[in-house]
Amino acid sequence: MSTVAQTFKETARRLTRDLRHRELIQNALGKYYVGRDEKKARFQNWQEARQAAAEIKWDAVNHLDKYLEEFVSKLEARGTKVFWASTGQQACDYIVEVAKKRNVRSIVKSKAMTGEEIHLAQALEKSGVEVVETDLGEYIVQLREEPPYHIVFPAMHLTRHEISDLFTKKLGTAPTDNPEELTMIARRTLRKKYCAADMGISGANFAVAETGMISLTTNEGNGRLSTSLPKVHVAVIGIEKVLPTLDDLALFLPMLATAGAAQAVSCYNTFIGGPRQDGESDGPEEFHVVLLDNGRTRLLADAEQRDTLHCIRCGACLNVCPIYKNIGGHTYGTTYMGPIGSVLTPHLRGLKEWKHLSFASSLCGACTEACPVKIDLHHHLLQNRRNAIRCASPWWEKLIFKGFVTLMNHPAFYRLGVKLGWFGQKFHWLVKGTRLDPMYAWTQSREAPPLALHTFKDYWRRKKS
Amino acid sequence: MSEREPILGRIREALRAAAPKPGLLSGPGQRVPAHEKRPTDFRPWLPAVGESFDERAALFAKNSAELKTDFQLVADRAELQTKLVALAHAEGWKKIATHAGDLTNFAFAALGMPVVRTDSRYDVNELESSDAGITECDALVAQTGSVVVTTRSAGGRALSVLPPHHVVLARRDQLLRDLPAAFAALKRQYGSDYPSMMCLITGPSRTGDIERILVLGAHGPKKLTIFCL
Ligand code: SF4
Repeated sequence: MSTVAQTFKETARRLTRDLRHRELIQNALGKYYVGRDEKKARFQNWQEARQAAAEIKWDAVNHLDKYLEEFVSKLEARGTKVFWASTGQQACDYIVEVAKKRNVRSIVKSKAMTGEEIHLAQALEKSGVEVVETDLGEYIVQLREEPPYHIVFPAMHLTRHEISDLFTKKLGTAPTDNPEELTMIARRTLRKKYCAADMGISGANFAVAETGMISLTTNEGNGRLSTSLPKVHVAVIGIEKVLPTLDDLALFLPMLATAGAAQAVSCYNTFIGGPRQDGESDGPEEFHVVLLDNGRTRLLADAEQRDTLHCIRCGACLNVCPIYKNIGGHTYGTTYMGPIGSVLTPHLRGLKEWKHLSFASSLCGACTEACPVKIDLHHHLLQNRRNAIRCASPWWEKLIFKGFVTLMNHPAFYRLGVKLGWFGQKFHWLVKGTRLDPMYAWTQSREAPPLALHTFKDYWRRKKS
Repeated sequence: MSEREPILGRIREALRAAAPKPGLLSGPGQRVPAHEKRPTDFRPWLPAVGESFDERAALFAKNSAELKTDFQLVADRAELQTKLVALAHAEGWKKIATHAGDLTNFAFAALGMPVVRTDSRYDVNELESSDAGITECDALVAQTGSVVVTTRSAGGRALSVLPPHHVVLARRDQLLRDLPAAFAALKRQYGSDYPSMMCLITGPSRTGDIERILVLGAHGPKKLTIFCL
C-alpha cells in the first residue's frame, strides 16, 4: 500500500472518532443546510436551472479551444498579458519573473484554489517576496501554516478560541472570544498590507469568452481590494473556467452562491477585463492572466469523465458528503477535497498513488444530487475504481472476486454459505472484537446483526406450499 | 515561453472524442433530455420578480433588510439633502470621498465638508481615511438586492470598497428587475467598450469564516446605504 493511502487511512480512523471535530463540522454545515434550502426554494425551478447550467458548461468545455481563443483575443485587445502554462511550475516561474521585473516586495492574494494547486505562494516566498492571504479564512490557515480545510470555508475546523490564541501568538493581540473583534483584528492588519502591496494575485470563478473578462466572487471585498490598489494584478485561471457569454453569469452567479455558501448571490461579483484604461483614475498598470493546464487536457481527453471539468468549485458536494463530514478536509492530503477531489486527484496526480480516494465513498450519490452543474460524481468514482482495478490489481484480489462471483451465481453455494454462517456465529463471541475476528472491520466499532437460521426465502417457500 | 499552441493542440486532440450531453446519462430514473440548443433565457427558473416599480421596490427593500443594506426611497433632492446631512451628523463624518456626477455633485455641495475626489489620480491613504465613499451606480437589481457599479459610473475601482461606509445615490429608473436585465443594461450602456472593472455589490462586506458567524465589514465597507431618488 502506498504511503499516501496509509496516512489517509490512519488520519481518517482517528478523526472519525473525534467527537469534537464532528461537532464543529456539524455546527458549521447545519447553518449551511438551512440557508441553502431556503435560497434554493426561491428559484422558480432549481432542477431546470441545474440542467441549463450543465448544458452551458457542456457547450463551453466541448468547444474549449474556440472559447479560449475568443477570451484571450478580447483580453489582449485591451492590454492584458496572457500566459499559457502547461504545468504548475511554468505558471509559478512566470509569476516569479513578473514580480522580479516589477520589483515586487509584497503581494496580497485573494483566495485562489489554482494558487493552492500549483503552490504559488511557496514559490514566491522562496524568491524573497512576502505573500499575504487576504481572505479571512485563508489568512487564518496561512498563519497556522496549513492548507485550507474546505474549498469555500478554509478555517471551518477551528473554534474562535483557537483563532484568538493564534492571533495572540502570531500578531500579539489581546485574546478575545468575539468573532467580530477577531475579524476586525484581521481587517486592521490587512488594510496596511493592501495599501503597501505591489502586486495582487487572484483566481477567477469564470472566464467570460464573449467579453474577455474574468469574474471573481468574494464576500469580504478582499478580491476587490487586491485587484484595485497594487500596480500589478495577476489572475491564475484553470483553462476550464470559460463561459460563453456575459449573460450566462445571470444564471451561474446565483447558482454558485446558493450551492456554495447558502446566499442568493455573493457580496462582490467583480468582472475585470483589463488593466487601467485611458481615462480611469485607478486600477493596476499591468494585468496578467495565467491560463493553467496542469493535467486538465488529460482529463478533457477522457470523454467519459470530461464533465468533471464543468466544476465551478462551489463546495456543495463536500458539504453533503458523509465521508468529508467524518474525515474532514486535511485527511485527503489533496488541493481539492471531498467528492470532486476524489474524482479529480487521480487524474491530476496519478491513479496509482491516489486510487484509494475512489474507494473512500459510500456511493450514496448525495454529491451528484447536490452538484449545481450536475456532474455525475458518484459514477465517476465507480469508473475510477474500475480503472484502478484495470491498471493495478493484485492476483489475490482477482481470485477473491472470482470466488465471490461463483458464490453469487450459484444459489446452492450461497444457501450453504448462509447456513454455515449461522452455525459459525455461535462461536463468534470467542473472537468478537479482536484481531482474530474475521468481521473485525465491522465489529471494532459496531454490533454485527445476527444471521437468521430461516431466511426470508425459506419463509416464502413454506408459505407458498 | 507561453505554451499557447501546445495547449490548444492538446485540447483539439482531446475533443476529437465526443462526450455525451448532460442529462442523457444521469443515472437510472433521471433521464432528462438535453435541450436542442443551449438555453439562453434563464428567467423561468431564476427567483421570480414582479413587473411594476412598486413590486421591484418592495423586493429590493426586502432583500436589503436581509443583507443589512440600508435602502431608502427619497422623494426629491431636498429630502436627500436632509437625510444625507442627518447621516453625516449621526456618524460624525469629517471627510468624504466622491466622484463627479449629477447626484454626487449635489451631495457633495449639500454636505459641505472636505472631500477626496477620485476622478483623476488620488492619494490612496487619503481615500482610506475618508469616512464615507459616495458614488452613483449603473443599476439596482431587485431580484438580488444588488448595486451595479463600474469604474466609469462610480469613480474608479477603490472608491466603492475602501472607505468604511459606501453610500449609493441611484435614480428610480435604475431599479431593474433581475440579473438578466442588469447584464442587458450594461451591454446597452457600454456596447463593446466595457470599463476595466464592473461589480455587482450585494450588501456590505461580510464574512462567516469564524464558526460561520456573520460579521460585517471584513475588508470592504461595514455599511452600505442606498438612496433611491
Ligand atoms: S463538483 Fe459540483 S458540487 Fe462539487 S464543487 Fe464542483 S460544482 Fe460544486
